[in-house]
Amino acid sequence: MEGTVEMGYRARLRVWRGDADSGELRDYEVDAEEGEVVLDLLHRLQATQCPDLAVRWNCKAGKCGSCSAEVNGRPRLTCMTRMSLFGEEETITVTPMRTFPVIKDLVCDVSYNYVKAREVPAFSPPGGLEPGEYRMHQRDVERSQEFRKCIECFLCQDTCHVIRDHSENKESFSGPRFLMRVAELEMHPLDSHEEKGGNRPEEARGDHGLGFCNITKCCTEVCPEHIGITDNALIPLKERLADQRYDPLGRLFRRKNR
Amino acid sequence: MADIESHDYDVIVIGAGGAGLRAAIEARSHGLRTAVLCKSLFGKAHTVMAEGGIAAAMGNVNSGDNWQVHFRDTMRGGKFLNNWRMAELHATEAPQRVWELETYGALFDRTADGRISQRNFGGHEYPRLAHVGDRTGLELIRTLQQKVVSLQQADHAEHGDYEAGLRVFAEFTVTDLLLDGGRVAGTVGYWRESGRFVRLRAPAVVLATGGIGKSFKVTSNSWEYTGDGHALALRAGARLINMEFVQFHPTGMVWPPSVKGILVTESVRGDGGVLRDAAGRRFMFDYIPEVFKDSYADTPDEADRWYSDPDNNRRPPELLPRDEVARAINNEVKEGRGTPHGGVYLDVASRLSAEEIMRRLPSMHHQFKELADVDITSERMEVGPTCHYVMGGVEVDPDTAASSVPGLFAAGEVAGGMHGSNRLGGNSLSDLLVFGRRAGAGAAEYIAALGGEHPEVSEAAVTDAVNSALAPFEVTDTRGQENPYSLHAELQQVMNRLVGIIRDGAEMCSALEQLAEIRQRAARLAVPEGNRQFNPGWHLALDLRNMLAVSECVASAALRRTESRGGHTRDDHPSMNPKWRGTLLGCELRDGSVEVTEHPQPPMREDLMRLFSPEELGKYFTEEELAVVRTPS
Ligand SMILES: Cc1cc2nc3c(=O)[nH]c(=O)nc-3n(C[C@H](O)[C@H](O)[C@H](O)COP(=O)(O)OP(=O)(O)OC[C@H]3O[C@@H](n4cnc5c(N)ncnc54)[C@H](O)[C@@H]3O)c2cc1C
Ligand code: SF4
Ligand code: SF4
Ligand code: FES
Repeated sequence: MEGTVEMGYRARLRVWRGDADSGELRDYEVDAEEGEVVLDLLHRLQATQCPDLAVRWNCKAGKCGSCSAEVNGRPRLTCMTRMSLFGEEETITVTPMRTFPVIKDLVCDVSYNYVKAREVPAFSPPGGLEPGEYRMHQRDVERSQEFRKCIECFLCQDTCHVIRDHSENKESFSGPRFLMRVAELEMHPLDSHEEKGGNRPEEARGDHGLGFCNITKCCTEVCPEHIGITDNALIPLKERLADQRYDPLGRLFRRKNR
Repeated sequence: MADIESHDYDVIVIGAGGAGLRAAIEARSHGLRTAVLCKSLFGKAHTVMAEGGIAAAMGNVNSGDNWQVHFRDTMRGGKFLNNWRMAELHATEAPQRVWELETYGALFDRTADGRISQRNFGGHEYPRLAHVGDRTGLELIRTLQQKVVSLQQADHAEHGDYEAGLRVFAEFTVTDLLLDGGRVAGTVGYWRESGRFVRLRAPAVVLATGGIGKSFKVTSNSWEYTGDGHALALRAGARLINMEFVQFHPTGMVWPPSVKGILVTESVRGDGGVLRDAAGRRFMFDYIPEVFKDSYADTPDEADRWYSDPDNNRRPPELLPRDEVARAINNEVKEGRGTPHGGVYLDVASRLSAEEIMRRLPSMHHQFKELADVDITSERMEVGPTCHYVMGGVEVDPDTAASSVPGLFAAGEVAGGMHGSNRLGGNSLSDLLVFGRRAGAGAAEYIAALGGEHPEVSEAAVTDAVNSALAPFEVTDTRGQENPYSLHAELQQVMNRLVGIIRDGAEMCSALEQLAEIRQRAARLAVPEGNRQFNPGWHLALDLRNMLAVSECVASAALRRTESRGGHTRDDHPSMNPKWRGTLLGCELRDGSVEVTEHPQPPMREDLMRLFSPEELGKYFTEEELAVVRTPS
């Protein structure tokens, strides 16, 4: 390639290797080239030194949320973590997400998330509108659209202290990702869950453990999509819950006029 | 193999992208017990990466749009090689499929009057792509995923079991289809996590496995795109068509090397971005082919007026179909007018305000900022062609998506015909929904006709399948062992260099020789390390068998077609030949090797022919074929 200056160096990686039963951090030296991300180096490790190193990835562009891990203890997408963030001499530690049980190496069992996803009642289409008749204004869909940017990397779930070192809370707490899903549906202009007897804020409290959240905002900090999880989803959900407990009849009226 | 995990279903859908999920939703809605199998986690299929939008002639932004216009654009984009019936069904049904997504909860960007907004894209006459910023694929897959969940919730309410009617097997790779006397009887596959094998019985299987791009070095495609469905169909006796047509998207990232190939959405050009050479010249005006002269502007002034006044001006040539733009970029670089890293410039910074760019192209902004240190609101992007999509695939009946193998259906990128020699942007996502639904319905119809008499799975076939998948563990003699990672890299080099965007007979002969050699060595592919538990080395060894079969199809068909058309460009046969328009190349397996045969394309229905002017048809069709429209009806 013309005009290219190759700026390779030997990077130091410390990667967690093991399975559900046992494991350890192992040190590797691997070539790094200009512009590379942590995932590139993990791939080079696979191709040159540890062919059975287990990692998940798909898009390599921050769009699918497959490649989540902890880099120097911080939850990150490895495909969007540039090597240039670190010094060339620095040892970079890559470990699997701590909140979920390890399967092998950097791959962990994220089924908790899929179980929780299934427990949020789905969008309920409005009665009396045929496909093609939906009318919604941009300003009214923007809030839910923000939450729909979620790529389900589960980094927010990984970082939330309610479950990070307290797997006993997993039963009753769905985590920021799925509380946000409740908020998304609550703010969907045409969702008719309530008309059919549901109450999303109340479900967030009772079924998904909204009360566990003490708005530390750690989830927001790690979200690679920069979604305002706490400010835009969790806090408004808590406010609606408080409002409707204080003034149960006002709620229906407000929803209609939203 | 009596002790292996087993399941019985009515329909097995292989693939959880747009096509697979829509097929599964349809099958389940017909009351069929359905399994969806996919190699990645649920929600991570390739569809999630689609950016620009989904094409459907809803006419929300320009009321002049309708299915006939969409049909015409699609046929032109594919240089009239498309299966016209598929193109017709696609154009007529796409709007319903998009509207249906809103009933599942999708939130598209809106027009001022509250309808679904639509954007311009290459080859589409009117703004036609429904979108959500530049993350439309994410919206599509999440919406379908959530619809699957809502059906599971309904099953839970009724049967106390979420998975009573529809179950997703995630991180599960299918290695073989099982047949009973030529009919589909089920599949064999393994859990990636444990390496344990599973036998699934079902009278109907829908292939929705996507594409083949991982056989090429520079590609926008993920590790999943190893042509598994194409290879499964071949091995089951089905025919692939149009395999010579591979789409190279004109704008992939070229720098830094680690991101080379990653897609830059066409929406950048749809929303006003232009292509420039190293000196800043807007070069696309030099590359408007004869067949498109009437609809594309030949001066920058006219091109720029088109954005605000599309009725009185012709379109900018940056919005030509992808094959044209990719070849133009290739040529600019070849002639020495490229950028330092071997691409050209894509400039949106000088065309839209920073605010507009952030609103319309947020994920492109993010991608360049994070991966290339480029701020697209003030700097130009460097781009070049990248292997993106395969037009070729399983030959299917347009109405039912049935292949020639009873019980085997195919939809989405793995199916062939719909896009002819070149796909228009946005026409894939709509294709997934239209033909995913039809495949689910086709499978239901097939099963109803069986009347409860189901094919049998032979134990011997299951044992064979398992043994052949475990073969790489048996290659223990270290002398002559082949490493899957190195062999894969070699294959990608061969395909990229010799069967890439510009082709030549002699080079493709050499490619076929090298593929044959790689194939021989592939028999000695070994698992370099580790056991069956989540072992990417082993997984790649298995995927390579499929990549090789599919690469042979691409190279053999490309060698046979001695003309240039759409996604197939030959230096030694540079022009388009109307004789070849009526001919489809089919690939089948005969005694383990790929055989290419010629098949006549079914003549287009007269009323559809009449949607075009005789002059335009004259550029593509032979005189005999034109006879029907030469006489007034
Ligand atoms: C970056 C990018 C941007 C794009 N943008 C657009 C756009 O804006 N508009 C548009 O119309 N098109 C776009 N496309 C094209 C479009 O996204 C794809 O063609 C389409 O998503 C393919 O969908 P599918 O359902 O056929 O397959 P996929 O979504 O790829 O799904 C394939 C599924 O099959 C599974 N599978 C494969 N093999 C096996 C096996 N052996 N066993 C089990 N499961 C298997 C995979 O795990 C996966 O679940 C884009 C493509 C890319 C790469
Ligand atoms: S804000 Fe709430 S959900 Fe987010 S990390 Fe803190 S406690 Fe968890
Ligand atoms: S909200 Fe953000 S951090 Fe959480 S799963 Fe979604 S994208 Fe990931
Ligand atoms: S690989 Fe898709 S987000 Fe990292």
